[in-house]
Amino acid sequence: MTTHPAPEGLDAHLVVERGSFRLDVTLTAAPGDVVALLGPNGAGKTTALRALAGLAPLTDGRLRLDGTDLARTPPESRPVGVVFQDYLLFPHLTALDNVAFGPRCRGAGRSEARTRAAAWLERMGLAEYTGAKPKRLSGGQAQRVALARALATDPRLLLLDEPLAALDARTRLEVRAQLRRHLADFEAVAVLVTHDPLDAMVLADRLVVVEHGRVVQEGAPADIARHPRTEYIAQLVGLNLYRGRADGHTVRLDAGPEVSTTENLSGPAFVAFPPGAVTLYRDRPTGSSARNLWRCEVAGLESHGDQIRVELTGDLSLAADLTAVAVAELGLHPGSAVWAAVKATQTHAYPA
Amino acid sequence: MTSTAQDTLGKARRPRAPGRGVPLALLAPALIGLAFLLVPLLALVVRAPWSDLPEQLTSPAVWDALRLSLVCATTATALSLVVGVPLAWLLARTDFPGRSLVRALVTLPLVLPPVVGGVALLLALGRNGVVGRWLDEWFGVTLPFTTAGVVLAETFVALPFLVISVEGTLRAADPRFEEAAATLGASRFTAFRRVTLPLIAPGVAAGAVLAWARALGEFGATITFAGNFPGRTQTMPLAVYLALQNDPAAAIALSLVLLAVSVAVLAGLRDRWTRAV
Repeated sequence: MTTHPAPEGLDAHLVVERGSFRLDVTLTAAPGDVVALLGPNGAGKTTALRALAGLAPLTDGRLRLDGTDLARTPPESRPVGVVFQDYLLFPHLTALDNVAFGPRCRGAGRSEARTRAAAWLERMGLAEYTGAKPKRLSGGQAQRVALARALATDPRLLLLDEPLAALDARTRLEVRAQLRRHLADFEAVAVLVTHDPLDAMVLADRLVVVEHGRVVQEGAPADIARHPRTEYIAQLVGLNLYRGRADGHTVRLDAGPEVSTTENLSGPAFVAFPPGAVTLYRDRPTGSSARNLWRCEVAGLESHGDQIRVELTGDLSLAADLTAVAVAELGLHPGSAVWAAVKATQTHAYPA
Repeated sequence: MTSTAQDTLGKARRPRAPGRGVPLALLAPALIGLAFLLVPLLALVVRAPWSDLPEQLTSPAVWDALRLSLVCATTATALSLVVGVPLAWLLARTDFPGRSLVRALVTLPLVLPPVVGGVALLLALGRNGVVGRWLDEWFGVTLPFTTAGVVLAETFVALPFLVISVEGTLRAADPRFEEAAATLGASRFTAFRRVTLPLIAPGVAAGAVLAWARALGEFGATITFAGNFPGRTQTMPLAVYLALQNDPAAAIALSLVLLAVSVAVLAGLRDRWTRAV
């Protein structure tokens, strides 16, 4: 994105080779940015995080933080704080001593380190848990202690590995909101790794989507949600996505059929539409205004919130969201033959 | 909650399940094995000269041997801890060429006949030994047939127990705690001292007890390398063996003392460990 490395912030090109796996991602961020590395399991997100922390050696590339080259710096000398997925709080130390550990190692005296640790715990709303061992903390509390521990060394780069993955759904909602507040207050660069699109979109200003060790798309969350460029992202944000060649208001899909769109494009293009935009008919509709009409077969039905997600194969593979009433009226079951229609105004085409 | 309910159900049901008795083919050898272990200990207690016992145990020779045994075994354990824990860490946490060979060599004294260990120690640390010659010439230090020699002989056989035990604990401990410490600015040594060591403390304690018990019972290497001088190198096992030749009653009394010490240690540690868990 930037050709000149920013004097402040993170400027990294991480290349890590391990066996047949190769990670090759470029990451840049200014102080105050919160960047989310989003991708499926095994995409290399955690490897990227470990490389930033110095726990996995770089095979090649560069790593600069605030203008300082860190590529050869051992982890204990990097101004980097890490919140690990399962927190890795030291089980034999109290919450206070866990948080004081970093300042102690970085040269603070015992009482100064404890004072700083106490201040961080207070800020996290954990003042009354300073003497508690990690075993006695709830998931949400442990997460905040881990965040306090990482922040107590005043890092210039904060790394969070799946920060909410270890929490149950209810705690998650609450902790996500708190974490968002703390990240907003954090004045240096924060990079978080997640496979959950909601966490990524709520917590980060910018998403970097990683698949098979490479960046496949990056940008603002809203932009990525509107213009997914891979099947993985399309599924995450809940869109049907196809690649094809545009010629005016028509896109000929690589999958075969054509789709009419409102956009006027030419050349390689993506077409996306939400499952809710699909209408299903038992018989071929005659008076329908939809120009996009395909013969399909029901491959599967699955409840999806208060709707039913119908997976279709045939002329075009797609997902359609219907109400339970509609499914019952159409008498859909796996194997049913249906017609699927989408209005041109409901589709969205953009250059590939 | 569900799993607890299932556990209780399983526990309650198992002994009552019909036709699930212990097969004789397993029960019989198991009982023979148990008897084999218990009968000798029982014989020791039954045949003990209980009436002479107070007299036997108050003899200064017994106390000398017991004191020497405890002091030497404890010193050998301390020595083993000082060099054994770092050696275990090296084997568990670092990668260097020939590491598996080094581990094999460390375990060798476990299977080596202790007498052979004693001979090897003489060849290494004896007055004309490979290293001992220089110790004698430069520092005037002579190790064989001294109390220090007893400690070294016991350390030689006890150290592998400690190393193997601690290395196993280290391998089972999550190395990511050390990574977490590193990201907080801890050097590898600080991470070891402040994070790893407290985490593996129970394993180190278990290894130390094993090493201590092994050192306390050490006979072959000690008598070969340090000889059998009352008050200086004659530990309890040596005293038992010697007494058996001319005063069997005394040998039994001494054996009872060693048995009591072993049982006391086992009982004391069991209590502490169950409470710690």
